[in-house]
Amino acid sequence: MRVMAQMSMIMNLDKCIGCHTCSVTCKQVWTNRTGVEYAWFNNVETRPGIGYPREYENQEKWKGGWVRNKRGRLQLKAGGRLKKLSQIFNNPNLPQIDDYYEPWTYDYDMLTTAPAGTQSPVARPKSLLTGHDMDIKWSGNWDDNLGGSQETAAQDPILATMSEHVKMEFEETFMFYLPRICEHCLNPACVAACPSGAMYKREEDGIVLVDEDGCRGWRMCVSACPYKKVYFNHKTGKAEKCTLCYPLIEQGKPTICSETCVGRLRYLGLMLYDADAVLAAASIENDQDLQGAQRACFLDPFDPEVIAAAKAEGMADDWIEAAQNSPIYKLISEYEIALPLHPEYRTMPMVWYIPPLSPVVDVVSNSGSDGEDARTLFAAIDKLRIPVEYLAGLFSAGDVVPVELSLRKLAAMRAYMRDINLGNEPDERIPNAVGMTGETIQAMYRLLAIAKYEDRYVIPKAHVETARELEELGCSLDTDGGPGMGGPGSAGHSGPYGNTVGMPLGATVDNYNTMTGRPSATAPTTPGRVNLLNWNGNGAPQGMFPPIADAGSPA
Amino acid sequence: MTAWDYLLWVAFPYAASGVFVVGHLLRYRYDQFGWTSRSSQTYENRLLRWGSPMFHYGILMVIGGHIVGLFIPKPWLEFFGVTEHMYHLGATWLGSFAAVLTVAGLAILIYRRRLTKRVLLVTTVMDKVMYVFLASTITFGTTATVLYQIFGGGYDYRGSISPWIRSLYSLQPDPSLMSDVPFFFQLHVLTATALFLLWPFTRLVHVFSAPLGYLVRPYVVYRSRDNPRGAGSRSPRRGWEKSERPLERSRK
Repeated sequence: MRVMAQMSMIMNLDKCIGCHTCSVTCKQVWTNRTGVEYAWFNNVETRPGIGYPREYENQEKWKGGWVRNKRGRLQLKAGGRLKKLSQIFNNPNLPQIDDYYEPWTYDYDMLTTAPAGTQSPVARPKSLLTGHDMDIKWSGNWDDNLGGSQETAAQDPILATMSEHVKMEFEETFMFYLPRICEHCLNPACVAACPSGAMYKREEDGIVLVDEDGCRGWRMCVSACPYKKVYFNHKTGKAEKCTLCYPLIEQGKPTICSETCVGRLRYLGLMLYDADAVLAAASIENDQDLQGAQRACFLDPFDPEVIAAAKAEGMADDWIEAAQNSPIYKLISEYEIALPLHPEYRTMPMVWYIPPLSPVVDVVSNSGSDGEDARTLFAAIDKLRIPVEYLAGLFSAGDVVPVELSLRKLAAMRAYMRDINLGNEPDERIPNAVGMTGETIQAMYRLLAIAKYEDRYVIPKAHVETARELEELGCSLDTDGGPGMGGPGSAGHSGPYGNTVGMPLGATVDNYNTMTGRPSATAPTTPGRVNLLNWNGNGAPQGMFPPIADAGSPA
Repeated sequence: MTAWDYLLWVAFPYAASGVFVVGHLLRYRYDQFGWTSRSSQTYENRLLRWGSPMFHYGILMVIGGHIVGLFIPKPWLEFFGVTEHMYHLGATWLGSFAAVLTVAGLAILIYRRRLTKRVLLVTTVMDKVMYVFLASTITFGTTATVLYQIFGGGYDYRGSISPWIRSLYSLQPDPSLMSDVPFFFQLHVLTATALFLLWPFTRLVHVFSAPLGYLVRPYVVYRSRDNPRGAGSRSPRRGWEKSERPLERSRK
């Protein structure tokens, strides 16, 4: 047994309203640069739909992920090592920029500089690749809220595998949102496909990263990732991907997408797993058994044997404690309501999902029945093949049993908690019907519905004594075209470290909290006035407000 | 022998080799981030799908042929029973095949780079300079082969150009070997030398990151955050270390 910790995420799809705040804040932080205009480390797709990039789930087309070969061994779907090297001059499975979309901007300048005329000036779309006028025909969310999906939804690979025909008519369809980030897989195909060995999984927290210095731009990771979550920066010629905001995670803070999620539907925490068991689990024969096999790799953080093995590996006590309090462990292993996205790709993804009950509830309510009654809901889950089969296509390689089980638990929670809210006697038969007790249902309710910040994010800090030396070196992202561009000392940058002159002050875990805690801004340049651009948001420096005329009078 | 002979066949190749070696070392040391092939496959693939493999496989064969022709002395091959006639036939026919692949591939690649708007816009000045020298080296080499080897009587460069190159590497340069070499071979050698001089400053550096280690390494790579290299963080460049007290320095 080799105990390793994995920082993982779970998203509760019932609460996603498709507002795209996660995508936008992620973009502002990580990909608002030339070369990655089209890259969405976080994106939100409407399902049924074809996703981003177009049809990424169609692995017959893109050859992402792993397959089990005839000898029962895992192999990259695009081929073995020699075949990959032989294709290095032209990767036949690489998506084109048009499979994402051609990035564009608008000629805003025209609005203010156009000469006076009879027509109002128009800001025309200009391609960011060529600078020329372009027709916008597709983008990251072209089929948002099923827009135009009568034409495009037929290309949804999940719908194609379903036995029943889903009507894409406005009144008769169902939909939900699927936010996606990098899965930070236990058996990452992108890492395995990188010819340069520049992609790696961090030993400490399992975050999958690209070493931008080591990347040689062979693009094999982009096609090998079945989720298409590695992007090629066409300016720098290097691969980039979701970093799980590791600079924040190292400080015990949630990722940008989680922090800004208005639905508060994301959970972050550790999962302990047995690294020696991963390969065997990923090579199991039947696709539908993969989800269970992955669960079997996870370790119980309360088991004394596991704790002893973790300590023997050098894991710190606070990390073990964090693994015990982890919402991820509760949702995956205790309540068993979270499911992985596309386990059949055999990458052992570590961003899991709680399937949405709302498509079922909507149908029940629309038919005039009680959408919160346990028996009605249970019956509907059994009867409504279409949403359940579709969810099974996403989360369990087509096996409806785990999806039904998860939905029944959510339905039970809904019905049981309604009785409590209405002051009725809670019906213990409801939790018993799904193999739970009233107590666990209430604990699950607190985690899912109340969803306190400290319950959603249980993130142990990186260990300062080891991290310090690393971070003193400066930011590895501080390169031309890198997201750090300029770093703390550069002009115009005003972070917790303020504007500095000369050599930038090293940004460390040690001094971050002291620096953010500074009481107020630096002394005003103009006496009696405050330059708000230099104000760090804490306290009220002198001169910010006019002097109080009569301090003694009541307000 | 004139001063020109010494300049072209001794000074220039040595200068180019020096820049080639030192340039690569410096760039590898200081510009890891810029060390990439800067692929434009995401912009355009219809032409690249044909042009790139044709050119690359062709040029690999060409390089292999040059190594055999230039660096393996004639008597060695003869020892293994490869006669002049056999060598000539092999070099000419295999070489012509490789040349056709290379030239056709390069033609497709240049056509694509010039006429695909997206690709042209990301082409740097250095790329263009590099293309000029690469294309002329290949063109002169092919011209020489066609003129002298196929339609001419066959020129035995293993008696002149090859010993000249080996004389450079044994540090006993003999420019007289090159003075009577046919014109297009001379041009080919000169543009190739210029290309080697430019090499470390172009995207051609990607040749030296041919990922052969991929064949033997484990599939999934783990790195520790404790190791500064491992976390993708660069160690400070020489001369740019932070000033710190001796006590802190000794803690590292």
